[in-house]
Amino acid sequence: MDPAAAKLIGAGLACSALIGAGVGIGSIFGNFLSGALRNPSAAPGQFPNLLLGFALAEATGLFGLVIALILLFVF
Amino acid sequence: MIDGLFISAAHAAAAAESGGHHGGGGFNPMHQFVIDRYVPIKLFGYDASFTNSSLWMVMATGLVIAFLVLSMKNAGNVPNRVQSLSEITYEFVANMVRQNAGSGGMPYFPVIFTIFMFVLSMNLIGMIPIPGLGAFTVTSHIIVTFALAAFVFIGVTVIGIAKHGLRFFKLFVPSGVPLLLLPLITVIEIISYFTRPISLSVRLFANMMAGHTMLAVFGSFVVGLGILGGWVPLTFMVLLMGLEILIAFLQAYVFAVLSCIYLSDALHAGSH
Repeated sequence: MDPAAAKLIGAGLACSALIGAGVGIGSIFGNFLSGALRNPSAAPGQFPNLLLGFALAEATGLFGLVIALILLFVF
Repeated sequence: MIDGLFISAAHAAAAAESGGHHGGGGFNPMHQFVIDRYVPIKLFGYDASFTNSSLWMVMATGLVIAFLVLSMKNAGNVPNRVQSLSEITYEFVANMVRQNAGSGGMPYFPVIFTIFMFVLSMNLIGMIPIPGLGAFTVTSHIIVTFALAAFVFIGVTVIGIAKHGLRFFKLFVPSGVPLLLLPLITVIEIISYFTRPISLSVRLFANMMAGHTMLAVFGSFVVGLGILGGWVPLTFMVLLMGLEILIAFLQAYVFAVLSCIYLSDALHAGSH
């Protein structure tokens, strides 16, 4: 295979890390909503944890993006 | 290697700029990350030039100092609007340190507050384009975030060893683990400890860089579709701007919270 083509395919494949980020963010917000509807009075206290979990889950997907950029620009 | 990423990304952007209109009309979403030397300085063989990155860092720091000094200038028992804004900021970070590191972490409150305000101001000021300077986010370069994370990592390790001595290394040997699993767990704990500065810095850098690249790509849609069709992506741009401001705040918060958690690990290393 042409190395340039392999590089581009690899960079594209690396972006599939965002699948996991999508699942993670959906799971966090879904679980927060189901918990918050069961006990609405406890929900505001957990809002910082919700945002923290969202940011951590999103960042994991972006690591894949960094791999893609390294593949594109370093090699 | 990651430093090389930037140099080659910047070169690619510069090449696309000088090459003029080829491919996608000469537009490169990476162009916003190019570093310009304003005042070239050579120091002991190292390049210590005053760049646009330095300029934006100075602006961010100046903004924080001006905000905190001016808001507390006419401080009274009954706070006015600006004073209560800076008091809210103080209380927010103080609560964060108290909740995550305990009251034993309060001596380290000033450094956490500094890190939080520095990262937050750099993230937010990068959202504002200034005529003649463009928009530049300092935290979208990994060398900046890695330097911050390395300071946190080294500082926290030094604090832990100074406080607990050799008992600090109990951090890598969790109690209550079956003897058979212990060697494996210890290796995993050591690896996870040493990847902390990398994950801490890459998280902030990747969020900022991906967000700004996305904004640039959507901005090119607005320009490309012209005055008739450009309104649709423009609506998305406004929403994405809101999301980016949220992310700018969140990532500063996450950086500070994780610094607190690492500090808490070091302070309570002997007790688990």
